[in-house]
Amino acid sequence: MNERLWNIIVESFPKLLEYGLKVTVPLTILSFILALVIAVIVAMIQYANVKPLLPVCRFYIWLIRGTPLLVQLYVVFYVLPEIGIMLDAYPVAVIVFGFNEGAYMAETIRGALESVSVGQMEAGYCVGFNYLQTMWHIVLPQAFRTAFPALSNSLISMIKGTSLASTITVREMLTEAKVINGRVMETGGLYVEVAVIYLAFCTLLTWLQHALERRLARHGGTVK
Amino acid sequence: MMLEAKNVRKFFHGEEILKGIDLQVEQGDVVAILGPSGSGKTTFLRCLNFLERADEGELTFDGEAYPMATATHQQIARLRRKTAFVFQNYNLFLNKTVLQNVTLGLIVAGKMKKADAKRVAVDALTRVGMADRLDSYPSQLSGGQQQRVAIARGLVSNPEIIFFDEPTSALDPELIGEVLAVMRQLARDGMTMLVVTHEMDFARNVSNRVMFMDGGRVIETGPSQAFFQAPREQRSRDFLRSIQDARQ
Ligand SMILES: Nc1ncnc2c1ncn2[C@@H]1O[C@H](COP(=O)(O)OP(=O)(O)O)[C@@H](O)[C@H]1O
Ligand SMILES: [Mg+2]
Repeated sequence: MNERLWNIIVESFPKLLEYGLKVTVPLTILSFILALVIAVIVAMIQYANVKPLLPVCRFYIWLIRGTPLLVQLYVVFYVLPEIGIMLDAYPVAVIVFGFNEGAYMAETIRGALESVSVGQMEAGYCVGFNYLQTMWHIVLPQAFRTAFPALSNSLISMIKGTSLASTITVREMLTEAKVINGRVMETGGLYVEVAVIYLAFCTLLTWLQHALERRLARHGGTVK
Repeated sequence: MMLEAKNVRKFFHGEEILKGIDLQVEQGDVVAILGPSGSGKTTFLRCLNFLERADEGELTFDGEAYPMATATHQQIARLRRKTAFVFQNYNLFLNKTVLQNVTLGLIVAGKMKKADAKRVAVDALTRVGMADRLDSYPSQLSGGQQQRVAIARGLVSNPEIIFFDEPTSALDPELIGEVLAVMRQLARDGMTMLVVTHEMDFARNVSNRVMFMDGGRVIETGPSQAFFQAPREQRSRDFLRSIQDARQ
């Protein structure tokens, strides 16, 4: 590797990492929390068969799964202002990422809810719980455990997906790499650097996932 | 009369599964519900606790009337507070420890303080011989142990009656005894129990009354001794003979 490129990479590293920690990570966390809230609500509506809201949930999942994430970003970012709603790029990104991944996670959680045996629910009723108490204390925690690996996948795919926010003017790692790239007239090397930082983030998450899975397994062992 | 069910009828997909069941239970009774598989025993028991909604029937429990087809959520909740249900496959909360399984109902539904709930729970777990496994999860217990915890979970709410649906049928033969021993002790302590079972020794020696069902009807009810020594109905005799044959 030539020395100039190496210097560029070393010098830009703190800046890129800073954008990673200050933009990519919070953007991911916020989007993921939004996605999780949406997913639990949508999954519970379907699980509990709340008739009037079922078509809404189905439409939402159909719409999100049937259109590309990038297009969703563009539509929300460029169409909302035309109907008079002014939002910064960052909240738009959170909303789009949250609603997007929320649709996939809703399906994951619904499947996990349905895998909890009805006997758990009935036992809850028999010790005096009402529906929501049974869901909260018994069914959801078990479903969450079943869904955990798939939800981890969603989180990992989301952290990478946040790079698309650069296309709607959010200044994040990739945007910054482009800026530096333009200034120093380098090609390629900086993107490899960005890739390495994403890889580090995802490796960390995978490691965390496995640690948590071991912990969950200790607390309650295998779930049939 | 502690519990009286009259004319309980239930349809599944247009098929009549319970064809008008009557039952009377006195305080302290241990009633064994016997009958071939598919005769509606489980369905009847589940209707009494509203896990299944009967299409017709009058239930009187503890002096209160519960129209079985139309009872409200509040009525059902009140009835469930005074009863306990033990399932064939235990249905312990898989994400909770033994202690939590027993205390959670008291804390969440009964609004009891944690420390008080623990005291009550440990008492109940001591009665079933499981007080040394407070921190175990269901998956770490044998079937017999799980069922004993399930019985303790039912006991803590101080129920006036406990419903058992084939509590030993899912157990390996060598584990049946420990569960039956707990139930026998409960009977001695005066607990009112309604037990669907295929354990004829239990029905004969522990229960004081038998209700024999077949095809969604009650064929015969009466004192256990009389039922086993001199069944009145031909179908009861056939049933007892088939069980004896199966044993040999
Ligand atoms: N949820 C259900 N849906 C449809 N049919 C059922 C259901 N539960 C029970 N049945 C039918 O009702 C009949 C009685 O079942 P059950 O009460 O389980 O009998 P038992 O406990 O005496 O073996 C059986 O024919 C069974 O197939
Ligand atoms: Mg049965």
